[in-house]
Amino acid sequence: MLDLTPSEHLDRRALRINPCKTCQPVGALFAALGVERCMPHSHGSQGCCSYHRTVLSRHFKEPAIAASSSFTEGASVFGGRSNLVAATRNIFAIYDPDIIAVHTTCLSETIGDDLGSYIMDLEVPPGKLVVHANTPSYAGSHIVGYARMTMGFMSYLTQKTGVPNGRCAVLPGWVNPGDLRELKQIAAQMEVPCTFFPDQSGVLDAPMTGTYELYPKGGTTIAEIRGLGDSESAIALGEIINEEPAELLEKKWKVPYTLLPLPVGVAYTDAFVMALQRHSKLEVPADLEAQRGRLVDLLLDSHQYTYGKRVALFGDPDIVLALTSLVLEAGMVPAYVITGTPKETFTRKAEALFAQYGAEGCIARAGSDLFELHQWIKRESVDLLIGSSYGKQIARAEDIPFVRAGFPVLDRYGHSLLPVVGYTGGIRLIEKISNALMDRFDRDCAEEDFEVVM
Amino acid sequence: MNADTEGTMASAAAAATSAAATPAATATPATPAATAGLASPVASTVTAAPFAPAVPASARHANRAAASRERILEAYPAKVYKNRKDHILALEETAEENTIAANTRAIPGVMTARGCCYAGCKGVVVGPLKDVCVITHGPIGCGFYTWGTRRNKAKPDEHTDKNFVPYCFSTDMQESDIVFGGEKKLEQAIDEAMTLFKPSSIMICSTCPVGLIGDDVQAVARRAEEKYGITAVGYSCEGYKGVSQSAGHHIANNGLMRSVIGTGDAQPKTAFSVNILGEYNIGGDGWEESRLLARCGIEVLNLFTGDASCEALKSAHLAHLNLVMCHRSINYIAEMMKTKYGIDWLKVNFIGIEATCKSLRSIARYFDDPGLSARVEEVIAEEMDAIQEQMDQYRQRLAGKTAGIFSGGSRSHHYQALLESLGMRTVIAGYEFAHRDDYEGRDVIPFIKEDADSKNIETITVEPDPLHYRERYSTSQIAALKAGGVAEGIELDTYDGMMSDMGAGDVVVDDYNHHETDALIKGLKPDVFLSGIKDKYSIQKAGVSSRQIHSYDYSGPYTCFQGALNFAHDLTMSLYTNAWGLVVPPWKNQPMLEGTLGGD
Repeated sequence: MLDLTPSEHLDRRALRINPCKTCQPVGALFAALGVERCMPHSHGSQGCCSYHRTVLSRHFKEPAIAASSSFTEGASVFGGRSNLVAATRNIFAIYDPDIIAVHTTCLSETIGDDLGSYIMDLEVPPGKLVVHANTPSYAGSHIVGYARMTMGFMSYLTQKTGVPNGRCAVLPGWVNPGDLRELKQIAAQMEVPCTFFPDQSGVLDAPMTGTYELYPKGGTTIAEIRGLGDSESAIALGEIINEEPAELLEKKWKVPYTLLPLPVGVAYTDAFVMALQRHSKLEVPADLEAQRGRLVDLLLDSHQYTYGKRVALFGDPDIVLALTSLVLEAGMVPAYVITGTPKETFTRKAEALFAQYGAEGCIARAGSDLFELHQWIKRESVDLLIGSSYGKQIARAEDIPFVRAGFPVLDRYGHSLLPVVGYTGGIRLIEKISNALMDRFDRDCAEEDFEVVM
Repeated sequence: MNADTEGTMASAAAAATSAAATPAATATPATPAATAGLASPVASTVTAAPFAPAVPASARHANRAAASRERILEAYPAKVYKNRKDHILALEETAEENTIAANTRAIPGVMTARGCCYAGCKGVVVGPLKDVCVITHGPIGCGFYTWGTRRNKAKPDEHTDKNFVPYCFSTDMQESDIVFGGEKKLEQAIDEAMTLFKPSSIMICSTCPVGLIGDDVQAVARRAEEKYGITAVGYSCEGYKGVSQSAGHHIANNGLMRSVIGTGDAQPKTAFSVNILGEYNIGGDGWEESRLLARCGIEVLNLFTGDASCEALKSAHLAHLNLVMCHRSINYIAEMMKTKYGIDWLKVNFIGIEATCKSLRSIARYFDDPGLSARVEEVIAEEMDAIQEQMDQYRQRLAGKTAGIFSGGSRSHHYQALLESLGMRTVIAGYEFAHRDDYEGRDVIPFIKEDADSKNIETITVEPDPLHYRERYSTSQIAALKAGGVAEGIELDTYDGMMSDMGAGDVVVDDYNHHETDALIKGLKPDVFLSGIKDKYSIQKAGVSSRQIHSYDYSGPYTCFQGALNFAHDLTMSLYTNAWGLVVPPWKNQPMLEGTLGGD
């Protein structure tokens, strides 16, 4: 596996090998699936839409709907206005969504299609809506596309009636339905009325009933998105993905926000809980505090199998930073921490975490790829690898225990139904991590060292 | 494979003791499981009409098909209706009446399953070449989505020891590359790839922006050839070209024909050497074919392009015969090799037991060698013997069930043969990107009207090669081999299309979409639907057993005799797995427990 990867480093400037990111439009599509009765629409050639639906279906093991403007060579020369007009007309007639969320692609961006003006000129059926976001594939990554689509909805829909709704807007970031359910559970325990936006739970974890629903029950409602401007405050999870959306909400409607890391592990979940507490002004309930205590208990119980273990983490910036915090809490050494998304704040935040825990000799890099990570591992190996399914290649090549987390996870079932966020998610992750390390010990140890009790 | 199949078969047999647990049921009377509320809702709702009308089954089938077609079309706005009505057929009795519109633009906003030109070129044909460093020139997405996502299995060859298939290479174009042009970055990327890997071949696949900004990937490839003395090919397969993946197949075929095939001189070792064109080795399909053919004494020189190497493809023109599996994606090479090198091509199908036997016998007949023919019969007998008992068991559980198949451009035909081997009937078949000849047979080609989208795709003309052109048979001998049609003749240098194997009342859909899939499932209620990942879960959620026919749901191989057994196992498993009986909670089917009176 990956037999051609040499350990000697070459300073690459042009060739990306084994990327640790994908393009903006899939993020836009994913965000749009978190809105109730929404049809995501890809304004470009139909291959983009096909690829995005495919990767989302493979990750969630669920249908992922979206339509395309199906550009041909003619549209690429003359512009995609007529394709968009035909597409929106057909989508409303055949699929009857309440809202169409259009995102651009490298094709429509390169030819300079002006979506804002196209949409203004559309004949939209009464009561229906069309919004858009510019998501050129040649800038940023899927993370940026998610943020842009979030902002697209906000720009088109949010308003301020002047009557505060007493709610806290929660921008959850790029997480799975299982995470969204856990975050909502914590908010409910804290008795904070929250609007989660976007919210793919229900949509991308629809139950089996024997009846297929094009729009499964779930997603943030249009009314809830409109009401974001009346929110009392906002909590934005994911310091990199949600910085701009949170700022937009504040700039537009003066909604004060707290920008936090994804709540993975003890400290980052504590931060989320305390942000909720500032809203509720209530004591943290005993059962939530007890769950925190159980996670800390587990960290102490299992520390001798995690302490000092070198781990490589890769994936999207916010989940990688949050997982880094968790592994540091477990006494591990995050030797290599990379993301493909080109955001330098990632590197600074990772290095701040290393400093906070006194972890030395650790490397963090944004705009990196899995080829580079593999080369580092070849030169100095690690005890554990954590990241998306693409890590399994490196794990096999170098015989390293591997824990899947982040996006995309294409080769496991059920992973997106359970959380990694919150104290409960922390317990799940520590169980996975310690299992992986202990299984490895059992596999490799001498017969006389093989013990029933550990 | 054997041990595995036997093991799982036992559990499948145990699992399926309750017939009511099939997802889309035939008219099963209430079983204990059903009365206990364990049957799926579909199983309980999809029952036969209580009073069978006094029309023959075939006429009922035709009526139902026509009604389903009407219901699909009714939902469309006028313009969409006008377009789609020619792409959906409820088949008539006579072939002349069954003409279909195909290979035309998808309609914007309609949830087509189609992909793009790049997907056809890089994803299908070029990507599987294991000794080639295939660089996607464009923003990161297109390269990322074609990384390890198609099951074109490959093992490195001993002589090259290189396998690039697990890798993804991209120029990851940024905004500045779009503004100032990306050629320099592409050249730098090639330099870096050469430094790191020293490949003997580099191929460049273009994405949408490349053509728009005017990067000349062919010129870059030429310069790389001169600089490094390697084989380098640039493909202008921008996503917006053509109307589907099909354009990308054509572009890839042209590139291989122009730059690769015919440049080598590795002679076949036997007198019966073949290439298998349109075999991408999904789930190891091609390896199973190669194993079977080798047993017969037939040497497989190349699979096009599963587990293929550019080095070996260079000598593909020295084969004695081309076998064609996926006609749609590779017929251009088959035709061009016939013209340029005189190599005949034989349409084969190794999916399905009878189809495999027929394909083997056709090959033997082509080579016209008594020893080979005898060996083929021996192998057929042995392979049949090895699977017969288990196949009979599976057939008992599957016979009489109906299926729908939506695939790319050839499997919907191929798998009908395998389903037939299992006693099943295909009532819905459709393609994403097939052309009329894939539906109606190659005889229709002269009558296909070219539109602007297909004219934009280059057609290359080849001449007989003065050195290598050799004909095995004269035109009249070929006619004699073909004589007798489907029953007697062999399908040499031609293809009769999918609809020739279908019957009146079956539904055929071109460029099928989400709405049509949903409506046909409701209207025709197939027991199983074979389609792709984008449809899989919506079909399953509707209570119909759903299997991916592009990826085989990570199983396979499905070819030849052992593959048929694998498929039969997988289909049985998906139809009878116990969870189907758990869909409806017991409280939905049982009267509420006695309540307490309020206030007590």
